[in-house]
Amino acid sequence: MIWFKKDIFKKKTLANGETDRDKSVRVPVGLWVKCESCSEIIYKKDVEKNLDVCTKCGHHYRIPARARIDMTIDEGTFKEQDQGVSPADPLEFKDLKKYKDKLRAAQKESGMNDAVVTGSGLIGGRRVFAAAFEFPFMGGSMGSVVGEKIARLIEGALEAKCGVIIFSSSGGARMQEGILSLMQMAKTSAAIARLKDAGLPYISVLTDPTMGGVTASFAMLGDVIIAEPKALVGFAGPRVIAETIKQTLPEGFQRSEYILEHGMIDMIVERRHMKDTLTRLLAMLGHRHGQ
Amino acid sequence: MANKHWLEFERHVVELEKKIDEMKGHAPEGSASHADEISKLEKKAKKILSEIYSRLTPWQITMVARHPERPYTLDYVHNVFEDFMELHGDRRFRDDQAIVGGVARLDGAPVMIIGNQKGRNTKEKILRNFGMPNPEGYRKALRLMEMAERFSMPVFTFIDTPGAYPGIGAEERGQSEAIAFNLMKMSTLKTPIIATVIGEGGSGGALAIGVADRVMMLEFATYSVISPEGCAAILWKDGSKADLAAKTLKIDAGELMKLGVIDKIINEPVGGAHRDPRAISTSLKTALVSALKDIKSSNVDSLVKNRYKKFRSIGVFSEG
Ligand SMILES: [Zn+2]
Repeated sequence: MIWFKKDIFKKKTLANGETDRDKSVRVPVGLWVKCESCSEIIYKKDVEKNLDVCTKCGHHYRIPARARIDMTIDEGTFKEQDQGVSPADPLEFKDLKKYKDKLRAAQKESGMNDAVVTGSGLIGGRRVFAAAFEFPFMGGSMGSVVGEKIARLIEGALEAKCGVIIFSSSGGARMQEGILSLMQMAKTSAAIARLKDAGLPYISVLTDPTMGGVTASFAMLGDVIIAEPKALVGFAGPRVIAETIKQTLPEGFQRSEYILEHGMIDMIVERRHMKDTLTRLLAMLGHRHGQ
Repeated sequence: MANKHWLEFERHVVELEKKIDEMKGHAPEGSASHADEISKLEKKAKKILSEIYSRLTPWQITMVARHPERPYTLDYVHNVFEDFMELHGDRRFRDDQAIVGGVARLDGAPVMIIGNQKGRNTKEKILRNFGMPNPEGYRKALRLMEMAERFSMPVFTFIDTPGAYPGIGAEERGQSEAIAFNLMKMSTLKTPIIATVIGEGGSGGALAIGVADRVMMLEFATYSVISPEGCAAILWKDGSKADLAAKTLKIDAGELMKLGVIDKIINEPVGGAHRDPRAISTSLKTALVSALKDIKSSNVDSLVKNRYKKFRSIGVFSEG
């Protein structure tokens, strides 16, 4: 399943001058935005300074992969790896558009080859291998490139005897690569098995949304699983479930708070506490492997 | 005998089969010409059938894979193995009847069997949840696999599911965790695993018992990341484009062999497994025995290493 959601500030950046609804407010383009969660008008710069979390209601906006790495890894220490691994089109897939064209558009927009950034760096002075998903890149879906980069990340950590952090944000397997995408679930989970055998810590961070084949593989295999507040996390999409069972879904279904209550994750951590939490956890779990 | 259920593209041959059945019912005593006539028609029917089945589209193959009379896991269990004893439950929540498992013998040697199970009639279908497992099904499967490891028994899995069940309870009890955990555990299980897709290989719910040393597929089975209907609805925004989606997704055994995802195709009798369950059981048994013989010679460490390599190498990308 792929989840499409537009730009994080999709709920109308208010136009210069008056609008139909907000006759009383005058908002210059782009400086002020309306929060998609609480509908308050917030100053965009404040939100950016606040790690893309709403200053009024604490809503965690989706953020680009590189921004995630920047706010997690000690400044200037991140070495990206496998940037050259690029998607092919093994099925020559074409629906209403060609897969190749979708890829090209996503690459142009994101400046990335595919939906994940991987590499190593320091977190609180300790070396770690980290990955972050770029959701706007075809819904952060996992095809051959994502599977390969995650597997190499884990193998790199094994060799360097370091822990792994993966920030997931994905609609699941990439349909345009068919069965090959499905097999990336086996590939990445098998790599995690090796990490566990070696006693190296793996922390999985689930961010909005983490669904389908990504949840049903490495994302749910963390020694510690953390979710950001109110992230949608699940196997099947809520629409598919509602259609199958022909019932309305419970309040908060598949949100971080709900799955915490059902025992599926260890904790919910706000973005501003994320780096500190990861640093402390890795220091404890990785104590045998020194610095 | 004509099958009760038939598929639209078989119409021509099914009419012929009906006619043959009718003629057999009204045979005049000892009439040689009548018997001749029947045998001629039977040959003709078989020829047409084999022509139809030699050029099925991926969507038609999907219909055969879902055929209501197609042999299911328990049919094979009884036709291929001896002394089957079903083992129930995940020891945590309940027994999921969409997955069956147990110990049996294959040519005398003890083995573990795990497979998706669909139902034939309405009552059975509901009991088996249309072959869609809940987390407890995957956890039962893993429990049995780990038992097989302890007792040095090879594991045979049989895949035939539309997918993992999309339900509230399934999510609450960790459908994704159950699947993920199986993928991880199967990758290091210290005993041979042979998986065979016998009908529908529906996405992660199929792969959850499919991480194996050898992955085989019946000729008219399918294995896919998403159902053709689901894919059509999302990518074509039109669920009726399932035939096109089936073709584009490359879900049939021939394509999967080319992609390196499966190791062997087991040919089906003319007109599909459901027309001759005995014949397909014989072919399946031969394939299982030979696959096991093939991997049993390697020690368990290299077996696990090779299993990692097998899945590690699946995927197509460029690097520059
Ligand atoms: Zn807000």
